[in-house]
Parts: sequence; structure tokens; C-alpha cells
Amino acid sequence: MGMYWSYPINMMNRLFLKRAVDDLKDNVLLNMITFITIAMSVLIISTFALFMINAGNVIHSWEKGVRIIVYIKNNVQLVEIDNLKNDIQQMEGVADIKFVSKQDGLERLKKQMQGQLSLLENLADNPLPDTLEVWVAPKYKTWKQIEMMAIHIESSHLVEDVEYGQNWMKRFTGFLNLFKVTGGLMGAVFFLAVIFIIANTIRLLFYSKSDEIKIMRLVGATDSFTTAPFYIEGLIMGGVGGIAGILILYLAYVLLITNIDLNFVSFYFTIKFLPFIISLAIILFSMLTGWIGCYISLKQLLKN
Amino acid sequence: MEERPPIIRIFHVYKRFGSHTVLTDISVDIAANDFLFVTGPSGAGKTTLLKLMYLGESISEGQILVDGMNLTRMKRDRIAFLRRKFGIIFQDYNLIPTKNVFDNIALVLEVMGQSKRSQIVKKVNSVLRAVGMEKQADAFPPSLSGGEQQKVTIARAIAGDPKIILADEPTGSLDEDSAEDIINLLKLLHSRGVTVIIATHDKELISSIKNARELRLSHGHVLELPH
Repeated sequence: MGMYWSYPINMMNRLFLKRAVDDLKDNVLLNMITFITIAMSVLIISTFALFMINAGNVIHSWEKGVRIIVYIKNNVQLVEIDNLKNDIQQMEGVADIKFVSKQDGLERLKKQMQGQLSLLENLADNPLPDTLEVWVAPKYKTWKQIEMMAIHIESSHLVEDVEYGQNWMKRFTGFLNLFKVTGGLMGAVFFLAVIFIIANTIRLLFYSKSDEIKIMRLVGATDSFTTAPFYIEGLIMGGVGGIAGILILYLAYVLLITNIDLNFVSFYFTIKFLPFIISLAIILFSMLTGWIGCYISLKQLLKN
Repeated sequence: MEERPPIIRIFHVYKRFGSHTVLTDISVDIAANDFLFVTGPSGAGKTTLLKLMYLGESISEGQILVDGMNLTRMKRDRIAFLRRKFGIIFQDYNLIPTKNVFDNIALVLEVMGQSKRSQIVKKVNSVLRAVGMEKQADAFPPSLSGGEQQKVTIARAIAGDPKIILADEPTGSLDEDSAEDIINLLKLLHSRGVTVIIATHDKELISSIKNARELRLSHGHVLELPH
């Protein structure tokens, strides 16, 4: 970049900004197309980001309430269960453990099924197994660690099965990983598309000003002097497009949360908008994309 | 008479466009504050020689030194600084049609890093007064006559207080009165110590300047070196 930094800052701001804004005003249609493309790309990428953040919240809220239910085999003596309970309690990451006998389990079930008690009254035997409920310490509440603990517990010959929402979680994380990969790929494609479109717009703007640039050079303008406004235009297009994309997403978000059954959703988790810092990062990234598009275009044009 | 140091030195310069040689083995020294005419018929290479001096065209062979800068080895990013030594009066004016007269001239000062608007206004008004165009400051070049555009070009050329004025057929398309105004301006600049180099085949213009030197070209060769 070089020499234009040698121009006084106030002059640079005023002169280059004025030239950039004039260029943007002179080529409204071209700039509008670029602006809309950037806004749409930012909208799509930030929608992915919004989904990922809220999906992360779902996992987090699941992790907060997770417990491992250990189903004991039939006919295991209470002494053996007590030994197993002690063994589990000493495992790293176990916060608490509680024994629920098959009788207690049935009582609990009856409470939960009030109104349909006739279903249970006809049972000849109690079909429920004895269980141990294991609460995991907060710092161990990650999917990997819980899974490790569950596998370890399940290896005991007294245990019939363990349950910690693994099937649901496996499906959900599988879907989430697929979404992450898709989002990443789409992000990369849109990133390249925006760079290409900005580079192309700058090229057209440059050609439309080629006579003026030629004259500027003849009277002693450096490359930096002639190209600085284009970089400002790239930053403005990226920035404004980024802000528009985030604003559209915000409007869509407001529409969504005012039109869905909040009682249902908030029972599990709260849908949150992108944190300010993420929104800012997306806008800055959009500006950076504008700058890169400009750089690629001008580097090529100045060679000729 | 005191000998003045050369401000431009041209050594065995050739310019070729493909297989066509436009300038052949040109060597000449131009002293500071010289008034030099580069003359010759159309196609003699006058404009090309002027262009080589500010690297408007690249040098095919040989060397040119301008105020101590070697043009042959000059890096691209230094060309802008070379051009600031010149005030160039182009045959086809080279004014920006979308900028008014004031902004066309102010551009030179902005390019050179002049930051104060008040200084720019003062300088532009001063050079417009010098060429008698102060009332047309807000006009756009396409609305001006050829003579007026040429005066704006001269105002732009002198705005940066250059050491050297290069003028390519400055009176070529002008009526007598306008041509005389421009000749007087060039004389004034010369009297203030500026080196003036004019490419022309206008015999009246050549004869109007006393003590001017003449470099005569024909088909890209030097016919007669300046005395």
C-alpha cells in the first residue's frame, strides 16, 4: 500500500472519503447489486451462526440437567447394589447418587400418571427394575465425559442398562455436525462469491474512471492515491452489506419469537439472537471481504 | 555567460514500437532555465521525446537523467515523483471532464499532499488569475473553448511550481490572441527560472522567443543540436 500514508490523515479522510462516496453515488445500480449480494450472503452465513449458537444452547441446557439412570438386573441383592453404589460414588465426576427401589419407582410412576392409574392397577408384578440415579458434577458435564462414565458403569455385571439420553443426543449431535460442515462449506462458497463480486464491481468502477486515473497519474498521483478511494468503497460496501444482512436476520428473529409458542420453547431453552460481539465480528469480516475483493482486483489492474 | 547545469540529460536514446523505430540515438543536454524548442515535421518524434522525459512512454534503449533521477532504472512507484517535477501542457488538454476547472487544478496540489483547503483555494485562484480564467473556475471543461481549455491546462501545469514545463503544441489549435496569451505566459515562467521545453512546428511561436534553443528532429533523428 505504501505512500498514501504519507499524506496527512485529515486530508486523506476528507478527500478519499469524498471521492469514494461520489463514486458510490455515481454508480448506484452497480453498487446496489453488489450491496444486495453481500447482504444476502451475510444473512445466510449469520443464519447458520444463529442456529449453531442456539443449538449449542440446547446441548448446554441438556447437559445441565443430565443424569445417568442405571438399571440394575433382576434379583440382585441389596448389599451388592450398595457396593455398586459406593463404587460409582467414588468415580471421578460423580456429584451425587441415589438408589430408587423398584417399589419407589412404581410410586413415582403412579404420581406421574395420575388420571390413568387403572393402567397400573392391573399389573400383577412390578415391572420396574431397581435403579441408581447418578448426578454428574458440573465440570464433567460434557457429552464425551458423560458417555465415558456411562460406559464404565455399564461394564458392571450387576447393570442391565444405562440411560442418559444418548440416542436422542447422538442424533442431535450428528445433525449438528452435518449442519456445521454444510454451514462451513456454504460460508466458504459465499465468502468467495462476495470477493468475486466485489472484485468485479471494483474492476468496473476502475474502468469507468480509467481516463480520470490516467490523468491523475500524469500529474504525479501515486498508485496509492488513485486506489485509496476504491479500498474505502470496498470497506463501505462490505460494512453496509454486513449491517443490512444482520438487520434482516434480526427482523426475521423478532418475527419468529413473536409468532411461535414461547411457552413450549422456553420450557427447554430460550432462542437468543447473535451476541453483539458475534454480530460485530460478522460485519467486520464482511468489511474485510470487501477489502480483499478490492485488493485482488486492483493488484491485477495496476499490473497492466 | 555563466554556464547553467543540465537539468535533463539524454544519452543515446532509442524508442521503438515493435519493429518501428521512432527515435534513433538521441543525445542532448538541457540546461536549467533553458527555453528549448523541439521542432520538426509531423511524425518526427517530438511528442514521443517529450513523453520519454516523464516516462509517459518507456525508454527502449539509452538513458535519460532528469534532475538527478535516472529514468532507465526507475521503479514504478517513483514515476509519480518524477512527474511532479514537470508541469505538462498536453496537446489534447487531458482535463477531467467531470471535474470543474477549480477541481482539475486543485487535483495537482492534492496529489502533492497539500492538506490545507485554504492553501489550495489560494493557489488555484492565483494560477487561474495568471491565465485569466478566474471567472471560469466553476465551469466544466467541455463547456470551454479550445483556447480556454489550453489556459486551464497551463494553470494546472504551473500550480505545482514545477522546475520544468513540457508543452506539446501549446498553440496548435488556438486563435492568434489566445496563442499570444499563452506565449506570454510561457515567457513569464521562463523569466522566473523555469525550464521550458516546447514541441512544436509553429514557426511563429519559435521566432517569438529570443535566445531560445532549438532541437530539430526528422524521422526520429537529430538534424541539428541546440546551440
